[in-house]
Amino acid sequence: MSRADGQRSTLPPPTPNEAKYLAVLASPEFQDLRRRYRRWVLPVTVASLLWYFLYVILAAYATGFMSVRVVGNINVGLVLGLLQFVTTFGVTWAYVRYADRVLDPRSSRIREEMEAEGLL
Amino acid sequence: MNTLLAQTEQVGNTGLNLAIFGAFVAVTMVFVLRAGKKNKSASDMYTAGAAFTGRQNGIAISGDYLSAASFLGIAGAIALTGYDGFLYSVGFLVAWVIALLLVAELLRNTGRYTMADVLAFRMRERPVRTAAATSTLIVSFFYLLAQMAGAGGLVALLMNITDRTGQSLVIAAVGALMITYVLIGGMRGTTYVQIIKAILLIGGALLMTVWVLAKFGMNFSELLGAGADKGALLEPGAKYGKSNLTKLDFISLALALVLGTAGLPHILMRFYTVPTAKEARKSVVWAIWLIGVFYLLTLTLGYGAAAMVGPDRIAAAPGAANSAAPLLAYELGGTLLLGLISAVAFATILAVVAGLTITASASFAHDIYASVIHKGNAPAGSEVRVARISAVVVGVIAILGGIAANGQNIAFLVALAFAVAASANLPTILYSLFWKRFNTRGCLWSIYGGLTITVVLIAFSPAVSGNATAMFPDSDWSWFPLANPGLVSIPASFLLGFIGTITSPEHLEYKAAEMEVRSLTGAGAEGKALEH
Repeated sequence: MSRADGQRSTLPPPTPNEAKYLAVLASPEFQDLRRRYRRWVLPVTVASLLWYFLYVILAAYATGFMSVRVVGNINVGLVLGLLQFVTTFGVTWAYVRYADRVLDPRSSRIREEMEAEGLL
Repeated sequence: MNTLLAQTEQVGNTGLNLAIFGAFVAVTMVFVLRAGKKNKSASDMYTAGAAFTGRQNGIAISGDYLSAASFLGIAGAIALTGYDGFLYSVGFLVAWVIALLLVAELLRNTGRYTMADVLAFRMRERPVRTAAATSTLIVSFFYLLAQMAGAGGLVALLMNITDRTGQSLVIAAVGALMITYVLIGGMRGTTYVQIIKAILLIGGALLMTVWVLAKFGMNFSELLGAGADKGALLEPGAKYGKSNLTKLDFISLALALVLGTAGLPHILMRFYTVPTAKEARKSVVWAIWLIGVFYLLTLTLGYGAAAMVGPDRIAAAPGAANSAAPLLAYELGGTLLLGLISAVAFATILAVVAGLTITASASFAHDIYASVIHKGNAPAGSEVRVARISAVVVGVIAILGGIAANGQNIAFLVALAFAVAASANLPTILYSLFWKRFNTRGCLWSIYGGLTITVVLIAFSPAVSGNATAMFPDSDWSWFPLANPGLVSIPASFLLGFIGTITSPEHLEYKAAEMEVRSLTGAGAEGKALEH
């Protein structure tokens, strides 16, 4: 298939196959799946990165605070570092649970409908 | 820094080290030969027919990701600088959140062999594939260089080969072995090597951790105290706390580490070795657990090496910081444990280098040869032949580069690869998966712009010239103050992708619709080859 010229702002009418994908994209089921996926992963990714950079900035600029001993030789810096591991494992566990329960059934249903319509 | 001339400390028994490593080679070769019998098509060669399970692939991903820089480098950095070495581990792990949530499944659903498949799905195929292959080859090259350079230092320690010619011969032998694995086993054989290596590496680290802790009454706090007494700081700042500039440099490095992982081409390619997005998700989950646990173990190993071997002895050993883990093994279990850990370290280099080689050769054969040169109509069977030839070429370049870079700072070379991956690859991957307006010009500006800015800033950074620890310590042409360019190059690449896109009239609405539907549902990708 040649795509060399791209598609300009005055779009040609879609081919029948393209029209089917456009219809799936516009369907309430797909929009629901897309919303549920993005609403979960985007905020969680942003939160994880902010939490990581908070840790990085503390490690660089708040060494006094990071050196405060909590128990024995274990200081705040080590606890916060280990908490990064805990949150990463936690996000992983929570996402798998969410994907298994919420995303997978919805995406399978749409895919099966598309297969039934002979789109693939 | 020249670790080659450092005073030699003979530890262990060269014959035993070689025997254990030989056993590893023999066992993996059996798997590779068996895997090789099934290698016929391009799909076998690149992605093992997408037939691995999530668990197998997850273990292999950890084998691919936990390079010599992770094992030897981080344990050594903790032993010498304390807490600051641990900061690498945190960045290397948190990075997987992006791979899990944003990249792995969508990539699996929209591509087939290489990173370029995803970008070429809706954009102008030839320029986009050329760009993606260029950055894949450059990232792979820097990463390969780091691994091969590490092999040189390791050889110095383990086989007591201190002259440069002898080390070069060993680097060449490691490279030749790796080329054999890739040629015979393809992706299937390479994956088995990575699985075996991951199990040995994590098992070995676990054994040493328990052993070290037992020496300190199973009391982690006491171990930390003993390490701190010898000079491995418990608080951050030993390495990056010297000035405002080093602090900013650290932030820049942290950005490259956390955004680089999901743009590493050899990691991305592993997502194609499983049949479905759900298996890709399982792969990443396995990888995150194994990698996370491993980095926790390196914390104990680092402070353990500081406490039991001592930073001074480590710094004076051939291989310097990289010798912390092997020296700790010798201190704990004598010659036998040293031999085992050394063999594991060698296996690590071998497996990572094989993974990189297969990625680079697939990118050249599939993206450049089959798609750009032959426009998708390459003569039957020729793509696999080209992939094999490129694997040999890449392997030879890696050997020569490794010999030239022998003695260079490994961590710097790896950070460089991460910076290029985060600047040139990640922005285009995220844009093409999440922004339907994204188009060819945006993609090209982001890849070439990110690549150029990163490489130029590194060339004029203090890591390359102008000070005693630089690559060229005797000249000074540096004007960029940071050793890691991520803080500038990553935002710049995102910005270039955005500006390029909105200034181009190209709208790819229909293809973008198809790509989005496929990426979230797996339609057209599961169980059969993707036609596009």
